[in-house]
Amino acid sequence: MNKRLDIWAVGVVVAVLALGFVGLSQQKIEIQFWYALTGDLGKATVELVDKFNASQDKYFINAIYKGSYADTMTAAIAAYRAGEAPHIVQIFEVGTGTMLAAGPAIYPVHQLMADTKTPFDPTAYIAPVKGYYSFPDGRMAAMPFNSSTAVLWYNKSAFRQAGLDPDNPPRTWAEVRAAAKKIVDAGAAKIGLSCSWLTWTQFEQFAAIHDIPFATKSNGFEGMDAVLALDHPLFVRHVQTLMDMQKEGSFTYGGRDSQPDALFPAGEAAMLIASSALRARILREAQFEWGVTYLPYYDDFIAAPKNSIIGGAALWVMRRPDATAAHYQGVAAFFAFISTPENAAWWHMRTGYIPLTFAAYEVAKAEGYYQTNPGADIPTLQLARPNPTKNTQGLRLGNLPSIRVVIYEEVEKALAGQQTAKDALANSVKRGNALLREFESLYK
Amino acid sequence: MIRREAVFSNKLLPYLLVAPQLILTGVFFLWPAVQALQQSVMKSDPFGIRTRFVGWENFKALFADPFYLGSIRLSFLFAGAVAFLAMSLALFLAVQANRQLRGSQIYKTLLIWPYALAPAVSAVLWVFLFQPSIGVVSRALQGLGIPWDYHLHGGQALLLVILASVARQISYNFIFFLAGLQAVPKTLIEAAMIDGASSRRVFWSVVFPLLTPTTFFLIVMNTVYAFFDTFGVIDALTKGGPGKATETLCYKVYLDGFRNFRINSSAAQSVVLMAVVILLTAFQFKFLQRRVHYEGGG
Amino acid sequence: MKKARKNLTNIPAHLFLAVAAALLAFPVYMAFIGSTHDAATIGRGRMPLTPGAYLGQNYVQAWAYGTGERVSGTPVRVMMVNSLTMALAIALGKIFMSVLAAYAVVFFRFPLRNFFFWLIFITLMLPLEVRIIPSYKVASDLKLVNTFLGLTLPMMVSATGTLLFRQVFLSMPKELLEAAKIDGAGPLRCLWSIVLPLSKPSLAALFVVMFVYGWNQYLWPLLITTTRQMDTVAIGLVRMLGTSESLMDWNLVMAATIMTMAVPVSVVILLQRWLVKGLVEIGK
Repeated sequence: MNKRLDIWAVGVVVAVLALGFVGLSQQKIEIQFWYALTGDLGKATVELVDKFNASQDKYFINAIYKGSYADTMTAAIAAYRAGEAPHIVQIFEVGTGTMLAAGPAIYPVHQLMADTKTPFDPTAYIAPVKGYYSFPDGRMAAMPFNSSTAVLWYNKSAFRQAGLDPDNPPRTWAEVRAAAKKIVDAGAAKIGLSCSWLTWTQFEQFAAIHDIPFATKSNGFEGMDAVLALDHPLFVRHVQTLMDMQKEGSFTYGGRDSQPDALFPAGEAAMLIASSALRARILREAQFEWGVTYLPYYDDFIAAPKNSIIGGAALWVMRRPDATAAHYQGVAAFFAFISTPENAAWWHMRTGYIPLTFAAYEVAKAEGYYQTNPGADIPTLQLARPNPTKNTQGLRLGNLPSIRVVIYEEVEKALAGQQTAKDALANSVKRGNALLREFESLYK
Repeated sequence: MIRREAVFSNKLLPYLLVAPQLILTGVFFLWPAVQALQQSVMKSDPFGIRTRFVGWENFKALFADPFYLGSIRLSFLFAGAVAFLAMSLALFLAVQANRQLRGSQIYKTLLIWPYALAPAVSAVLWVFLFQPSIGVVSRALQGLGIPWDYHLHGGQALLLVILASVARQISYNFIFFLAGLQAVPKTLIEAAMIDGASSRRVFWSVVFPLLTPTTFFLIVMNTVYAFFDTFGVIDALTKGGPGKATETLCYKVYLDGFRNFRINSSAAQSVVLMAVVILLTAFQFKFLQRRVHYEGGG
Repeated sequence: MKKARKNLTNIPAHLFLAVAAALLAFPVYMAFIGSTHDAATIGRGRMPLTPGAYLGQNYVQAWAYGTGERVSGTPVRVMMVNSLTMALAIALGKIFMSVLAAYAVVFFRFPLRNFFFWLIFITLMLPLEVRIIPSYKVASDLKLVNTFLGLTLPMMVSATGTLLFRQVFLSMPKELLEAAKIDGAGPLRCLWSIVLPLSKPSLAALFVVMFVYGWNQYLWPLLITTTRQMDTVAIGLVRMLGTSESLMDWNLVMAATIMTMAVPVSVVILLQRWLVKGLVEIGK
C-alpha cells in the first residue's frame, strides 16, 4: 500500500511539474530594459514600452529607471560584471567609445537583427544618427533612440526691443556677436549669448559644421591611437572670440553642462546655444516670443556649413549568461517596433527628439507637425545637410567624459583671464591626449 | 573614571558579541576594500574583460599628476574649514540656546529639525539660491555690487561649497553640543560664577573642558564628513570646477570611478585615501588614549 | 530691575538664534514656496518669496501621479512602506550590532580587542558611494540583489553607533555592574537588565540618527533593486527630478519633497527630547 502511495505521489508531482512547465512556457518572456530619462521624457518612454507590450503577447518589456545617464551606465557595467546585465540599456552618446570597446559584453544591433532574422534596413535611419552608433564600415552597433543636436535659441521680443529683425536671426558668428552686443547695450536682456554644454556645442558641434577634425583618425573612428586636434587655428580664434565677447559683456559663461539652460526661458539670455531637446521646456516656461535657428559659423572659413552631430542616447543590447535566443528575439521585435514610421514619428512628436528615420520625418511632416511647431524641423534639416565628411559623423573617443571636463577646466581658466586662448587649447590637447593614451592602454 | 579594568572575564563571549558587526564589516567593507586594492595594481577596461597586472603604475601616475597633489592640499583646507566653521557655529548656537531664554525650546526645535533634510534635496535648494543669474541670493549680492559668479571664480566656488557643507552639518553638531552642555552640572558653573569669574572665562575654563569628549567625537565626525560625505554638495553645485577649484580627493574618486569609468585610477585613489585614513585613525587613537588617560588621572 | 537687565542681555542671544534658525530653514521655506506655484513660474528662475495659488493641486498631483502610477508604476503608498521598512530595519539592525560590539569592547578584555575596534572604526571612512562598484559585486556574489537584506545590510556597516555606545558605556559607573556580578548575574543578563535600561536615551538618539540616514538613502537602493516593488521614496523623488533635457516639474518635486520629508522630520521632532537626552550620556 505504501508503495502504491509512492507511485501516486510521484505521479502527482510529475503532473504538477508538467503543468507548471506548460504554465511557464505560456508565460511571457520578460526583457529587462534600463532607462535614464526622468520627468515627462521618462513618462514617454514608459508609454512607448506599454504600447509594445500591448501590441503582442509573447514578450514583456520591463522598463526600469536606473538614475541619470551616468548612474545607468555605471549600474549596467556593475551588473554585467555580476552577470546580471539588463537585456537593453540606454547609454548616452559619450559612453559610445567605452561600449563599443566592450566586445563580448555587447550584442551589436546589426548582428542581433541578422541572428534573429528581423527585417532591418540601416539606410532608413538619418545618417548622422546612425553614423554615431556604427562601426566604421557602417554596421550599426546600437539602436538610436533619443537623439538631439545643438541649435541656437533666440528671444524674438528682445530682438525687437534692441531694434533687430526677429524674423532674420543671425547666421554667422560676426552677426551673433553684433546682435548680442546690441541687445546688451539696449538693455533688452541681461545676457546677450550663453552656451549650454559648452564642450559639446562649441567644440564637438563646432568642429563638425566647420568640417575640421576634433581628433585625428576621423575623430577616433579609425583607431584608438587618435590624438586631439583642438589646436587648430579656428578653435583658437573661436575661444578668443568668446573671451572678447565676455570682456565686452555680450557673452556670459553660465556654468558646465546644462546649467545655462535655465537662462533662456527665464528671459535672462537673449540667445542660447543648447540642445534641440530644450524645446518642450521653453514652450512651457518662456513668457516671450522666441525662435530657433541653425548653429552660427564663421563664413570666412566655410561658405556652406556641414551637418551638425547628435547628442542624446542609444539603446545597447547586452549579453548576460542566462539570456536565451528568445530574449533576443524579443529585443529585436522591440527595436523593429520603435523603428516603424508611425511609432518613430510618435516618439519624435511626443518628446521633441529628432526623428530616427526619414520615414518618420515624412509622417510628422504629413501630419502638419512642423506647421504647428515652427522650427521643429530645424534640427533634422541641420543634421541632414548634404555631403557629410569624416569630420561630421561624430566622435569615437575613449574617456570622452573626462576629456570634456579637461576642456571645461582650461576654457574656464581662459575666460577667467588666467591664460590665453592658445594656451587653453594647447593644455587641453596635452591633458586630453594623456587620457586618450590611458584608455588605449586598457585594450592593448 | 573612564579608564577601567575588564568587568567580565569570559573567553568566548566577547568574540560572539563583536561577531555580527565584524562579519558585516568584513563582507561589506574589507572585501570590497581588498577588491579595490587589487584593482589599483591592475589595468582593466570598465567591463572587466581585459585585465592585466601593472604594479605601481597607477600610483606613479597619480603622484606624478600635479592636479592630484593640488587636490590633496585643497582637501585638507576644505576639511579644516568645514569642520572648524560647522563646529564653532554650532557650539556658539548651542551655548545661546542652553541659556535660560524664553522660547529656547522653540529655538532648539528650529535648529534641530533641518537635520532630517535629505542631502540631495538641500544641495538642489542651494543651487536654487545661489545660481549666479537666477538665484535669489545671487541677485541680492549682485544688487550690492558684488560680482557673484561662482562658475568662473574659484574662490567663490570654494566658499559656496564650504558654506553649503557647513549648513548641512550645523544641526548635527548643534544636537551633540546641546547634549554636552546639558550634561554640565549647573552647580559647577554657579560655583565658578560666585568666585567672580566672568561668564566668558567660566565657559572656557570650566564648561569647555567638560565638553572634550563631545568635541573630540565631533572633530572625528566632522572631518570624516568634510572629507568623504560632501561630494553630493560638490556635485550639485560646482562639479569640482571652475578649473579644479573644488575637486576634493573624495570627489575625484567618485568622479573618476563613477562618472569617468577610470576604475583603476579611482581604485588607486581609494587605496591612498584608505592609507591616509588609517594613519589619521592611528594618530587619533594615540591622542584619544592619551586624552582619556589624562582625564582618568585628573 | 535685575530681571530687566537680564532680559536686555538676552537680546543678542535671541537675535543669533532667530537668525540661525531662519537661515537653516530658508531652503525648506523655498521648497515649500516652490510647491505652491506652477512649474513655469519656478522654471523661469524668478522664484517668488511668497506662496502661490497651486498648493492643493500640486500636492494632490504629486501624491496621485507624480511619484506614482504614471511614471514608475509604483504607488506612493508602496514606496512609503518600503522606505519605512528600510529605515526601520537599518536603524534597528545598526543599534543591535553596535550595542553588542561596544559592550564587548568596553566591558571585556580579550586578545585583538583593540584591533577589532580599529577595524570597525575605519569603516567610518570611505562611504558606500566611493566603494560602490566592489560593494555591488559582493552583494551580487552573495545573491543579495533585489532582496531586502541586500538593501539594508550594507547600510548597517558603520562605526558611528559603536563609537557612540562605547562612549556611553565608558561613562557608566562600573560599580553597578560589579554589584550585579556579585549577585550572580552573567554578562548578558547585565547587558539586558542594567546597561540597556541605562542607555535608553542613547538608544533613542541613535535610532533617530540612523532612521534619518536610512530614509534618505538613494544611490544604493537604486543600484541594488531592479523591481519597482522595492522602490523607495528617495528613488521616486529623484526620478521626478528632470535630466538636463527634460522638463523639470519643480513644483511637483518640491511638493513631493515636503511630503517625503514629513516622516523623518516628525521622527526628529517627536524624539527630539530623547535625542538630546541620549547624547547627554556621551558628554558625561
